[in-house]
Amino acid sequence: MSDRLKIGFLPLVDAALPILAHEHGFAEAQGLELEFVRDLSWATVLDRLLYGHTDAAHMLAPLAIATTLGIGRPARALSVPFVLGLNGNAITVSCAIADAIQPQGGLGDPQEVGRKLKEALRSIGRKLRFGVVHRHSSHNYMLRYWLAACGIQPEVDVDIVTVAPPFAADALESGEIDGICVGEPWNSVAVERGVGRIVLTTAQIWRRGVEKVLAVRTPLLEERRGAFERLIIAMRQAGEHFVDPANWDVNAEILSRPHYVGADPALLLHAISDRLRLAQGGDLVHFPDFMFQFREAANFPWVSQAGWLYAQMVRWDAPHFDPDAAKDAMAVFRPDVYRAALAGRNSPLPGASSKVEGSISNPLGVGAQQGRLVMSPDNFFDGKTFDPERLEEYLASLN
Amino acid sequence: MRIAIVDESAARAAIIQEGLGDVEDCETLVITERRALIAQVAAFEPDIVLMDLGNPSRDVLEEYFVVSRALAKPIAMFVDESDEESIAASVDAGVSAYVVDGFSKSRIKPLLDLAVRRFNAFSRLESDLAEARGQLAERANVDKAKRILMNSRGLSEPEAYKELRSQAMRSSKRIADVAEALVLADQIMGTGR
Repeated sequence: MSDRLKIGFLPLVDAALPILAHEHGFAEAQGLELEFVRDLSWATVLDRLLYGHTDAAHMLAPLAIATTLGIGRPARALSVPFVLGLNGNAITVSCAIADAIQPQGGLGDPQEVGRKLKEALRSIGRKLRFGVVHRHSSHNYMLRYWLAACGIQPEVDVDIVTVAPPFAADALESGEIDGICVGEPWNSVAVERGVGRIVLTTAQIWRRGVEKVLAVRTPLLEERRGAFERLIIAMRQAGEHFVDPANWDVNAEILSRPHYVGADPALLLHAISDRLRLAQGGDLVHFPDFMFQFREAANFPWVSQAGWLYAQMVRWDAPHFDPDAAKDAMAVFRPDVYRAALAGRNSPLPGASSKVEGSISNPLGVGAQQGRLVMSPDNFFDGKTFDPERLEEYLASLN
Repeated sequence: MRIAIVDESAARAAIIQEGLGDVEDCETLVITERRALIAQVAAFEPDIVLMDLGNPSRDVLEEYFVVSRALAKPIAMFVDESDEESIAASVDAGVSAYVVDGFSKSRIKPLLDLAVRRFNAFSRLESDLAEARGQLAERANVDKAKRILMNSRGLSEPEAYKELRSQAMRSSKRIADVAEALVLADQIMGTGR
């Protein structure tokens, strides 16, 4: 008898791990039968999860936290036992803006591009408008983090609006927005159509920024704990498969199918292999760690990552800082489940469940409960660090 | 009361709108285009917004509602906990509802129930239609398969049908599946022509 799990997702490259766990038989080997529900808005992915159409969902990490805290809707407890990946997003701006803020082409330096953008805002004489995929998204927080650190005030100096990922290119073309922070393949689609240029990746803003997660209703996670632990094992195997260059072509083909991402396999291959075409007709640019889905325990739900997201939520959105809410937000990430699933398996497990984010400048061996774990630099571009134990101090330092 | 129906399926939107036609003192606006969605909703000043779950603009609309809290007539997501059952039913039917702040709760429930019924009716129509199309295609395949057998093996029509049926029984398949396989094989082999 195999356990059935229904998984909701949005058509994005970083929905890859559960899909590949299914397609390559890793889930089946764990006695799981996976089924997928493809949707076009996060609101619907969330509704289906909350009302039991799905058992788990590919979800924006901050949206899982906001739902648990009851921001914008009655609170429903969600748990995150697995991070589907780090980064994988980029900032694409209209060609005219790109000429102003990154005239030499290529990926810019975040400080320098920000400085030029600030100048451009003065000379353009109108408020620029940036798109993000959702209010509660890392895209929104990364974009705002970058702008604010460059002396540009979101809401005051620029408008930030919501745009559905598949329409990023349309919105740039029609002039509805001047730039967007979105996941792949939607930056590349805009580039191929010649309506925008990629100027930065979010990995340049925070080298190890948490992105999509697997979200589960907390009561269901407890009820079907065994099945979800086996799903974690299968997704780790899918991650190992995903990062192996030998599998890139076949995985791009699988993801390109209309019932999954439904996009040009060539563009998906670029994202999978950390290669991006930044401008129409330009060369492919290799940016290592553009997407980070497996190595260095990338799927481990660090409590401190949830803490950073909560801090951004307080910084930009409705809630005032509340120590209890901070605790609840951090408790959404469930390293205990991840550990239980992978204990005794060939997967490194860190000794700690929380770290000072952005504090690693050189490869650093860290204490592990299991296996060997060397962490690469995880810096924020402005050199700040985030210590979840000192959340209030961190917030104060931003003002 | 003003109700905006946002749905990229014009047929389904029409069915909802028609259902709301019986409701007293109710003005409706159907929006099927993604372009200028927010401007249209804002100009209409609805009390209720109904939107299909598959609509790619849902996040955009919800963001507008969040921002609209600052407006005179803020629209809230219809998520009062006491209405969990209604919400679950609407999610099952594939519709989401948003209601202006302060709108009487006793008036919301029948409207939402109506929308749910109409959405369900539309889904049934769609699946009936798909089934009917499928049956038509199957019948056409069986006819083709019979003709192939008649031409290639000189069988009469009843004999050809009998052959299909016994083949289906032997291989525990449906007659339609055997017929489809035969038609496909014939296309590939280029026989019977």
